Amino acid sequence: MAVTAPRVAPAPALDVERVRRDFPILERSVNGRPLVYLDSAASSQRPLPVLRAVEQYETHTHANVHRGVHALSQAATEAYEGARERVRRFINAHSTREIIFVRGTTEGVNLVAQSYARPRFGPGDEILISGLEHHANIVPWQMVRDQTGCTLKVAPINRRGEVELDSFLSMLSPRTRMVAIAHVSNALGTILPVKRMIDAAHAHGAVVLVDGAQAIPHSTVDMRTLGCDFYAFSGHKVYGPTGIGVLYGREELLAAMPPWQGGGDMILTVSFEKTTYNELPWKFEAGTPNISGAIGLAAAMDYVESLGLEAIAAHEHRLLEHASRELERIPGIEIIGTAHHKAAVLSFTMEGVHPHDLGTILDAEGVAVRTGHHCAMPVMTFFNIPATARASFACYNTEADVASLVAGLGKAREVFS
Amino acid sequence: MDLKELYRDVILDHNRRPRNFGRIEPADTHAEGHNPLCGDRLTVWLRLKDGRIDDIRFEGKGCAISTASASLMTEAVKGKDKATVQSLYGRIHSLLTQQDAVPDASLGKLAALSGVREFPVRVKCASLCWHTLNAALERGAATVSTE
Repeated sequence: MAVTAPRVAPAPALDVERVRRDFPILERSVNGRPLVYLDSAASSQRPLPVLRAVEQYETHTHANVHRGVHALSQAATEAYEGARERVRRFINAHSTREIIFVRGTTEGVNLVAQSYARPRFGPGDEILISGLEHHANIVPWQMVRDQTGCTLKVAPINRRGEVELDSFLSMLSPRTRMVAIAHVSNALGTILPVKRMIDAAHAHGAVVLVDGAQAIPHSTVDMRTLGCDFYAFSGHKVYGPTGIGVLYGREELLAAMPPWQGGGDMILTVSFEKTTYNELPWKFEAGTPNISGAIGLAAAMDYVESLGLEAIAAHEHRLLEHASRELERIPGIEIIGTAHHKAAVLSFTMEGVHPHDLGTILDAEGVAVRTGHHCAMPVMTFFNIPATARASFACYNTEADVASLVAGLGKAREVFS
Repeated sequence: MDLKELYRDVILDHNRRPRNFGRIEPADTHAEGHNPLCGDRLTVWLRLKDGRIDDIRFEGKGCAISTASASLMTEAVKGKDKATVQSLYGRIHSLLTQQDAVPDASLGKLAALSGVREFPVRVKCASLCWHTLNAALERGAATVSTE
């Protein structure tokens, strides 16, 4: 997957068997069958280098950061701040002052909603999102709408599951203060033309937040090329730990924003009369942070780069195309989301078999897929379905995994014949 | 993990051809149930007579377990009073959640739901209709949630 368009140059092949050996969990069985993990869009598995980095930190280095003069505290601080620099390089931000560690994408979006939007917006102002958004990029803006009296607008999608770009562009106006869009749809896999959307939004003076949760594991994401104002993502979708994520924000915006949460670490001086806030990025990191999470995330980024993002993207794209072809041949299967540009997500329904039943039957075969509304109920409503089954691919998936999925779907057909 | 235990013939039959499917108009009471985990939604409609369920229908979209459970329930509770319905639900709930529960003969076809207990995440699918029926009986029109 590329940021804005499919790449033409052939990427180096991924040695998937070697990659799989890095993920110990893939050796286990589920319900007496070898695990076939096709739910990486919900959470990816962690490779040994990530597990070891966290273990190494926990067994040798742990202390609180930014607080002590003792050796461990210094080492922990160095590792934590080193992780921040690692993230900066990964997304090519200008400065570590632009890298805020948060719990995940959801917290990143909420931080921007409450600290950037809420104090500034009022009646007449507009926030524009798309019809593809995850609840985490809908609800925080509804809260801001209710708190400030501003208006929340939604750019429509088409039957392929793409944002109607013309409608999106026509909904931009000088009233648009914030555009909040997914980079890749979690429910359907659609890759949004974010660069074009960002440029158009900027032409109207709007600030843009991109929900990058589903893009970051599959593509090179470059803040300077993209030019967005905020970009949020989660560690656990890019082979890192849960409970750690990143909010990137342009420094001048972050500098002008009030802190979101108050507490330790985000202050310089405190008296009962007045508190001076810390500098960026610590101003937004109240309390003891998820130190081992940040270290694990940095290790995950090292790992991903060692494989090569282009190689991962090419591998996943081949798998997606292969799986799409295989599923299209099965009578009664309908693929939901047929955008021209898609990342490693395959959402589908099977006639006569509810996705929840599909999920149970596949699980009995050791095949893990997500079933449900994928925290994107408006997308389900648009397609007039209660739910889908979703297979998603990562660097460790193979054509054999797709074959297991197909066999499992055959089993489901058998049960419900 | 035996799929045949979950998807017994009775369950598959009631999923394919749900009994008492549709709505009662006018109904004496109805309630909507929603399971946010899987998106199952159903509405239970009741006509009551002398404190008993004179007629019951349901409609909605759901998985096989939720549809079959609702269908089986409508057959089981027709003609029953509230106390009997609640006692029946108590026994169904034990059947769904307790590993050693033995279905007693009075449960009839509802005993087919005992396979659900091997699949804990599916218990809510089977119990949604009962919560909804209870809500309809308790407070007339209302929305209940399994969450």
